[in-house]
Amino acid sequence: MRSPAIEAVGFRTVAGIEQLGRLALFVGQVALRCVRPPFRSRRLVGEIYDVGVLSLAVICLSGATVGAVLALQGYTTLARFGAEGSLGAVVGLSLVRELGPVLTALLVTGRAGSAMAAGIASMVTTEQLDGLRMMSVDPMAFVVTPKALAMVLVMPLLNGLFIVFAIFGGYLVGVELLGVDGGQYLTSLESSIDLGDDVAGSFVKAITFGSLVGFIATYRGYFSEATAAGVSAATTGTVVVSSVAILISDYVITALWGV
Amino acid sequence: MKASPIRDLVVGLFVLAGLAAIGYLTIQLGGVSYAGPGGLELYASFDEIGGLSRRSPVRISGVKVGQVTAVELDDFLRARVTLDLDPSVRLPVDSKAEIRTSGVLGDQFVALEPGAEDEFLTAGEELAFTQDAISIERLVGKFMNSDDGDDKQ
Amino acid sequence: MGTAIAEGALDFQVALDGVDLTLGDRSIFRSLSCGFPRGQISIVLGGSGAGKSTILRLIGGLLRPESGAVRVAGLDITEIPERELYQLRMRIGMLFQGGALLDSMTVYENVSLPLREHTDLGEDAIAEAVRERLAAVGLPGTEALYPRQLSGGMVRRAALARAIVRDPELVLVDEPFSGLDPINVRRIEALMVDLNRQRGITLIVTSHHLASSLRMGHRLVFLTDGQAISGEPAELLASGDPRIVEFLRAEQDGHALPVAAGSGSAS
Repeated sequence: MRSPAIEAVGFRTVAGIEQLGRLALFVGQVALRCVRPPFRSRRLVGEIYDVGVLSLAVICLSGATVGAVLALQGYTTLARFGAEGSLGAVVGLSLVRELGPVLTALLVTGRAGSAMAAGIASMVTTEQLDGLRMMSVDPMAFVVTPKALAMVLVMPLLNGLFIVFAIFGGYLVGVELLGVDGGQYLTSLESSIDLGDDVAGSFVKAITFGSLVGFIATYRGYFSEATAAGVSAATTGTVVVSSVAILISDYVITALWGV
Repeated sequence: MKASPIRDLVVGLFVLAGLAAIGYLTIQLGGVSYAGPGGLELYASFDEIGGLSRRSPVRISGVKVGQVTAVELDDFLRARVTLDLDPSVRLPVDSKAEIRTSGVLGDQFVALEPGAEDEFLTAGEELAFTQDAISIERLVGKFMNSDDGDDKQ
Repeated sequence: MGTAIAEGALDFQVALDGVDLTLGDRSIFRSLSCGFPRGQISIVLGGSGAGKSTILRLIGGLLRPESGAVRVAGLDITEIPERELYQLRMRIGMLFQGGALLDSMTVYENVSLPLREHTDLGEDAIAEAVRERLAAVGLPGTEALYPRQLSGGMVRRAALARAIVRDPELVLVDEPFSGLDPINVRRIEALMVDLNRQRGITLIVTSHHLASSLRMGHRLVFLTDGQAISGEPAELLASGDPRIVEFLRAEQDGHALPVAAGSGSAS
């Protein structure tokens, strides 16, 4: 007996597995071009500028704001138990372990990941990638690899900056505004955070998220349809898929790493 | 592609700033604080350590001088705590280790009360005098139980 | 098939043989065969959707047919590995419809890219080559501009400069006249004729612009119903093949062309 509903599920499953296989091949090709010369360091610098420097303002501002909010929220809760001294620990732990990497990755996805997908997709639409191929220039090496690699490299840097700015924002609110002792804020922050677990875990997350966003954005752009609709589909798809992938992998890493 | 020096400079500064942030997080926050190799390592055994764990601070008169590096059970099923202290701290042999809580619900830490002897503890030695953690739950429990007893029986 | 005209006498630089191609669920070519002679300008004509751009993509190796052979400079590009295809493309220039200049780069960076990627030329030699090509296409002094600062006709000329910067023996040109004013049409037409005459470059040009096609084409290839009818312009016009007559009549309405369909047969 043939049921259209079951058939549809079957087709979707096969299509999904196909996509996964294509993505895996894609990642493999990019990885290969990361280790095989010629290295396009000039292209990489340009991409780091686009992804990193241009995201700097939004990351620093968001970081400071998130830190300030955490301090405000944490203070009201802690003050009930007379434990304001632990404010630094509350702000720092949630930032380093969770909010820093996740929020940084989500912000970078919106700011740079979408632009990356749209950029490649519009190069597909305007035949720029085919133009490179006809000049015997491999677009995977010339366009895709520097972009994906920049995302992987930049994410931990932005994560570090986000956390530092958030700690600073928390300090401003907690110490300057609410009157927690500054030394106590920093001491409780420093004593609560562990290098092996918290800080290393934070950067494992950042690098993982960077790879996810980098590969999803370039993949969606590279395999987009050569139309205006294709560009917008690649952009939206990148933001949605990357965000979900970030949150799911965050859970997985937290569960495995214990961060 | 032609080189554009200003962009390169900006990217360089960005990378430096990012690395500085990572450095701050690993060194300052990650706390390679006192616990370097070659620190003064002492042991203390307790019947009850409460919430004390690895990386809990060790203080003398409230000043942090080290941290707990290991908590394990010894042969007599007591908690054996390894303390890693600043080697410049000279602790008399009759010093006492006590587990205290900062604030009512705060973290637990090891407080060292220096003794009066002229001899000092050296690496690998055990603190002879210890005082266990005061478990708030247990205190509250005792209080409640005795209360119940008075009222209802 | 109309392609039987004196095939043996012509030296084909590019030849398609029995090519079948389906894109999606639409059959584009069915057993398509045609040839493009060395050192000549061939014009590929046909209605929209007849596969004009597709045939260039096949020749460039950007698409692979389901069956049949695509011979470029003696190699069947459907059978060679990707690496050799990249080698072969060193000898081919392609001008895409929209120019396909990289919009993140200046005209200079765009035109110099093939040299930078594939030669060891010093900066001075590259600059000189770029200057010479830009002058040849009538765009001197535009090196520092970005593609978005150029008009449609200028973008196409800059792209042409990029296509010829490595002195290719074959240049594929996709719809060079679409969306251009008559002056730009004339200018680009003259450029292509010059390339052919002065540098001996073989050109394969897709177009639906009949007037210029007849002026500059040594050979016409009509795409219709997934197959090709080719021959010299005069022959084809005189053939009276109903498919050509129909196409010409439709085109005439648009371009007021002095074409009289003869009664003789080309084949």
